[in-house]
Amino acid sequence: MNKKQKKVLVRIIAAAVMMIVLLLLPLKEKSPIRFVLFLIPYFTIGYDILKKAFKGIMNRQVFDENFLMAVATVGAMALGEYTEGVAVMLFYQIGELFQSYAVGKSRRNISALMDIRPDFANVMVDGKLEQVDPDEIEIGSEIVVQPGEKIPIDGVVVDGNSTLDTAALTGESVPRSAKAGDDVISGCINMTGVLTIRTTKEFGESTASKILDLVENASSKKSKPENFISKFARVYTPVVCYLAVALAILPPVIRLIIGMDPLWSQWVYRALTFLVISCPCALVISIPLTFFAGIGGASKEGVLVKGSNYLDALSKAKIAVMDKTGTLTEGVFKVTKVVSNDIAEDEFLSLTAMAEVYSNHPISKSLKEAYGKPIDSSRVSDVQEISGQGIKATVSGKLIHVGNEKLMESIGVKASEIIAPGTIIHVAIEGLYAGYILISDEIKASSKSAISAMKHSGIRSTVMLTGDSRQVADIVAKDLGLEKVYSELLPQDKVTMVEELLADKTANEQLIFVGDGINDAPVLSRADIGIAMGALGSDAAIEAADIVLMDDDPKKIAKAINIAKKCMRIVYENIYFAIGIKVACLILGALGLANMWVAIFADVGVMVIAVLNAIRALRVHNL
Amino acid sequence: MKKTYKIEVDCANCANKMEQAAKETAGVADATVNFMALKMNVEFEEGADVKAVMAEVLKNCKKVEDDCEIFL
Repeated sequence: MNKKQKKVLVRIIAAAVMMIVLLLLPLKEKSPIRFVLFLIPYFTIGYDILKKAFKGIMNRQVFDENFLMAVATVGAMALGEYTEGVAVMLFYQIGELFQSYAVGKSRRNISALMDIRPDFANVMVDGKLEQVDPDEIEIGSEIVVQPGEKIPIDGVVVDGNSTLDTAALTGESVPRSAKAGDDVISGCINMTGVLTIRTTKEFGESTASKILDLVENASSKKSKPENFISKFARVYTPVVCYLAVALAILPPVIRLIIGMDPLWSQWVYRALTFLVISCPCALVISIPLTFFAGIGGASKEGVLVKGSNYLDALSKAKIAVMDKTGTLTEGVFKVTKVVSNDIAEDEFLSLTAMAEVYSNHPISKSLKEAYGKPIDSSRVSDVQEISGQGIKATVSGKLIHVGNEKLMESIGVKASEIIAPGTIIHVAIEGLYAGYILISDEIKASSKSAISAMKHSGIRSTVMLTGDSRQVADIVAKDLGLEKVYSELLPQDKVTMVEELLADKTANEQLIFVGDGINDAPVLSRADIGIAMGALGSDAAIEAADIVLMDDDPKKIAKAINIAKKCMRIVYENIYFAIGIKVACLILGALGLANMWVAIFADVGVMVIAVLNAIRALRVHNL
Repeated sequence: MKKTYKIEVDCANCANKMEQAAKETAGVADATVNFMALKMNVEFEEGADVKAVMAEVLKNCKKVEDDCEIFL
């Protein structure tokens, strides 16, 4: 608690004690001495509200909460309901204190979640390490990061070996290794060894700063429920006040006309009850608090949401359009199958890799990587690259042909026909067909479960877009259980495709596009919600997307949807609950069934419950 | 031109009132108040004198909510 809050707490306790003592004293009801004595706790607890109300009147702010509370309590005192007058002030203050404490607490909680802001950078000055404000480090400087410290600025490791804890950035607890030559990003915690890093960015442009900036500003993009609530609050208070005035005047006047006792004080009391319920606090505080907590909880899980409006939209996601390469697949080409007809697989692979020894083609690279051992190039001779077909070489005295079907045809070899998701490399030894190697982009281990999780989260249609061949795309789509697949697309075709899908859905359904952020920026911005994944360290993706997944696990897509759903559920719970209770109290108050005690309990109680409910949005780890 | 200011305010409804007051100030094209982050984003109209406009914004905010502050 801060100083201001402590002061209010002391006043609350003092006023409560005084009130209890006064209630125990044998004083006559409505006696002047009782009135004077009750004024002491009343002013103790309410003086600041009365002062603010007075200032509000001077500034012509009639529908100010302080003004309303002042009118309600002064009115109650005037009617001789001293206990109620003091109690309303007391509980109003308790409510305000709780609200300010809860908000402050969640502010701190969320900034603790996002505890990636580095406080300093170590720089070597004359052989000694000095702590410097990271803002002052220029690009290309060398900084030293010791075990247990956060990397303050993005850069390249020039010296040292260590493992990095990226949990604060990605939500993943598996540490990454870092050695000389590796790019490292700010916000990671250096765990084991000392690292010397040459910075490649300024502090303000570094990942940690950008992420913090993004999260802190996220709740400035307001969602529909938030805008509704601020409009509602603007209308609600005046409406309730006018109703209160009507309630105080109309029934007694009507009773007078029809010759009954007007019962002025009873109706004025009911009107004052209205004023107590007129404060829209519960709603106005709980809705932004829910979004703030939801966005904070999501960031902790490595899901950065750029605005509450995107959480709202994401909760209604029905169509998921995904890029293939890098999103559902690893985006790296690997040897996934070796089929040798006669000789051992090892030998087969080594002959092939040797034939490719001088080639820099991505396929040769993956072949050499699969072989995994250094190649003795002296065993290779007469290498001839046949453009668009493959390679011919002599390896250890044997003539080897490595390439596609065309190459096999040209040397009169019949290659077996294979349908597989990837590129087939045929091999002929001494002019005889020897087997083939399949090189493909592997499907991510979690892609399949990610797709079924998405369907669980309400996605009705899963679509894959790819520039890859139809054959490969169809196999991947079938494997993953995707509904639709569009293959052999150029980047601009992807935009057209998404536009067609957008035109095809109903207004209430939202379309998400998930890509890895590399050259799909136009699609990311065209979709209702653009999600970039694996964006750690990629500025372009962070700029273009509405939601950023810090690592490249497709399971996070369903997680993001679930977080959004939970958040929106809480938002609507709070809206219905708070408005419902208030309306019920207004009706009961008008009928004389709810007195001021009920009104103030309803007002403060609803707020406390709504705030506690809002904070639930922070807990999203197990979604 | 857009600028962000740190603010100090105690209740969420007061923040909404500040937002409304800032929006209605001459020279301000748009304004949003983020109560949770305690920040005010102001978009100024072209050619507006930022300093003078912000002084006016602060004055208007004080009118609707006495207990608030904008750190200019």
